Amino acid sequence: MKTFRVVILAAVLGLLALASAQSQLEIFSWWAGDEGPALQALLDRYNELHPDVNVINATVTGGSGVNARAVLKTRMLGGDPPDSFQVHAGQELIGTWVVADRMENLEDLYKEQGWLEKYPAGLLKLLSNDDGIWSVPVNIHRSNVMWYKPAKIEELGVVVPNSWDEFLAICPDLKAAGVTPLVVGENWTQQHLWESVALGVLGADDWANLWNGSLAFNSDKAQNVWDVFGQVMACTNDDASGLSWQQATDRVISGEAAFNIMGDWAAGYMTTTLELEPGSGFAWAASPGTDGIFLMLSDSFGLPKGVANREAAIDWLKLLGSAEGQDIFNPLKGSIAPHLDSDLSKYNAYLQSAAADWNSNVVAGSLIHGAAAKEAFQSQFGTILEIYLSSGSAQAAANAANAIAQQVGLGQ
Amino acid sequence: MIKKDRLTAILMLMPSVILLAIFVYGFIGQTVYTSLTNWGMDPSQALAINPKIKFVGFAMYKELFTGFIDIRFRQDLVNTFFFTIFFIAGCLVLGLGLAFLLDQNLKAEGLYRTIFLLPMSLSFIVTGTIWRWLLQPKGGINMLPSLIGLEPMQSRWLTTREQIWQFNWQDIPQFTGWLIVLVLLWISFSAFRNKNKSRALVAFISLLAIAAWSAFIAPKILILPYPETHGFNIAFVGIIMAAIWQMSGYTMALYLAGLRGIPQALREAASVDGANEWQIYRHVVLPLLKPISLSAMIILGHISLKIFDLIFAMTGADNSTTDVPALLMYLTTFRANQFSKGAAIAVILLIMVAFVIIPYLWTSLRSEVER
Repeated sequence: MKTFRVVILAAVLGLLALASAQSQLEIFSWWAGDEGPALQALLDRYNELHPDVNVINATVTGGSGVNARAVLKTRMLGGDPPDSFQVHAGQELIGTWVVADRMENLEDLYKEQGWLEKYPAGLLKLLSNDDGIWSVPVNIHRSNVMWYKPAKIEELGVVVPNSWDEFLAICPDLKAAGVTPLVVGENWTQQHLWESVALGVLGADDWANLWNGSLAFNSDKAQNVWDVFGQVMACTNDDASGLSWQQATDRVISGEAAFNIMGDWAAGYMTTTLELEPGSGFAWAASPGTDGIFLMLSDSFGLPKGVANREAAIDWLKLLGSAEGQDIFNPLKGSIAPHLDSDLSKYNAYLQSAAADWNSNVVAGSLIHGAAAKEAFQSQFGTILEIYLSSGSAQAAANAANAIAQQVGLGQ
Repeated sequence: MIKKDRLTAILMLMPSVILLAIFVYGFIGQTVYTSLTNWGMDPSQALAINPKIKFVGFAMYKELFTGFIDIRFRQDLVNTFFFTIFFIAGCLVLGLGLAFLLDQNLKAEGLYRTIFLLPMSLSFIVTGTIWRWLLQPKGGINMLPSLIGLEPMQSRWLTTREQIWQFNWQDIPQFTGWLIVLVLLWISFSAFRNKNKSRALVAFISLLAIAAWSAFIAPKILILPYPETHGFNIAFVGIIMAAIWQMSGYTMALYLAGLRGIPQALREAASVDGANEWQIYRHVVLPLLKPISLSAMIILGHISLKIFDLIFAMTGADNSTTDVPALLMYLTTFRANQFSKGAAIAVILLIMVAFVIIPYLWTSLRSEVER
């Protein structure tokens, strides 16, 4: 018996020694649940390439990273950065972590891998500031998509609106027919709707001007967005704050609602979870007034300064940035690959159409998914929305937005 | 020998005193200091390794109470106020009622006691999740009437944006003034009843002075440059229901212990004097339960001021119609990276809880010494 115990002890000690001899790689993300398999596939591929590295998959659940970002901040402030973490490409990274001098410049990696020619220029611009390139994008999602069920729209006898004026014109008819013209869910999906409305009303140039500071939030043009948004919200369901985005999508599929505006992860939900055929079971159009504009968001991974396993983390970024890695990840995640060598035959009908738009459209950055504005502005946008919804005053909302923009130094 | 005892006592207490000093009072001090700086108001310094932080005094507090974009914080204070009142009242009434029922020598008293106490064993996260399902517009409670063939209810519960009892934030100085007047009125009245004439007179005179201030001067103080209405958000009704469901069993247990502590002889004496059942409760039992009510109010009060998890589970952190300062503190600190403003909210919360706790500790410590 005694010898048996000693053998066990020796074995355990041996394993421990082996584990500590192996190098580690900790990947921090919010991809749990539905998105877990896509990340796992990528991690599996990494382990095939680097069998000696022990990969730790650290995820914190919560859509759009709302909880993960809080955990990440306490870890970074506490001096325990993960080897590589997920972050929305754009200002969420640059306005929070790069300005705080916490990230390594990846420009040399881009040059070494030849990525400067393999990624669209608009995307590279979003990932960079004057001093360097700061993260490696792994996917592209589109924010300004309007979803509907073709059979229901035919039954209602309406045309899919091309502008918000057209939408507001058919809104009373849809209400009279007993359907919700546009279904929204909890607070962030209303912010999501706002950015589609704003893009539709302002157009791509003025949308960009809002974020670089040359169009003020309290200007007549920007204030008009809130007026239109108010009219659109009058066409939505009144139990919004109790619905998740999936439940809102369900209402379109069940025919209770005519339209829904949501990012294209909704396509993944409808094809994978609801098992609907893209094109017949559900259909899509650019949200009203945004045809030819691709309001994009992208998940990316960066390299914090002072990480424990720098070499392993750089190998991870190389895999992420390659066409091979992205074609493993994206068909499962329901997004398209930013890499220009991506093999489109691996993607479904919706994603192929999104990829075609990505290559031909004007690219704009999403506000609430971290691309367009600093986190300090983005996270207070819910308060601005609340000021509008509780006061009903476009002027109050415009003034609040302007005050916050000045406070955080937007566009500087 | 006594000296040696004392030395041992000090040595034994030292570790916990040191740990408390660092991890409780030290960090409270750090939070107070942070709230007086501008840490995080400049995004480029918020998360830097060695952030440049400037001391700005009470600027964050001033902004919270009068700043244009901090309207949400003020509504949160109002929310907490109404939530606390209804939550405490509901728990006390329901808890007392249940305790009285159980005090009637029921057959299976132990069983009922366990049933009523059970909700307390759940965490607020579990309670919140269950009640979120129950209060869905098309499920749970709204479907109850359909069980007996009636139309299902259409109540919006947690998703309504309706607001009642609206008032203007600019009127706050006035309200405060009148509140003090009411307190003084009570003080002078009770002093008068106790034949303490000079005290009654002083209280009455200061009452008149503050009443005059509230009526003539306070309305001219404008703490905001424009009117701003706040009120009671109807969406809180569902949250109050869930909170009462969870904590009323606990209040019942407190009351039941109190009831059991009342000597039978007192009740018998009252009934010999010809008091009926109701009169015994009204004039003998209820006055003896006063200290229990006070403890219950303190315990429930600090729970309701700090409430976070229940609302997080029921409506999420972003739903501002059901927001409270604790949630806003989380959002301000960890999403917007405005550490100093978050710390200021935390300090305000601490002061509010201290208002509830300190008088209680003071009186209970004093009575212990007397004993």
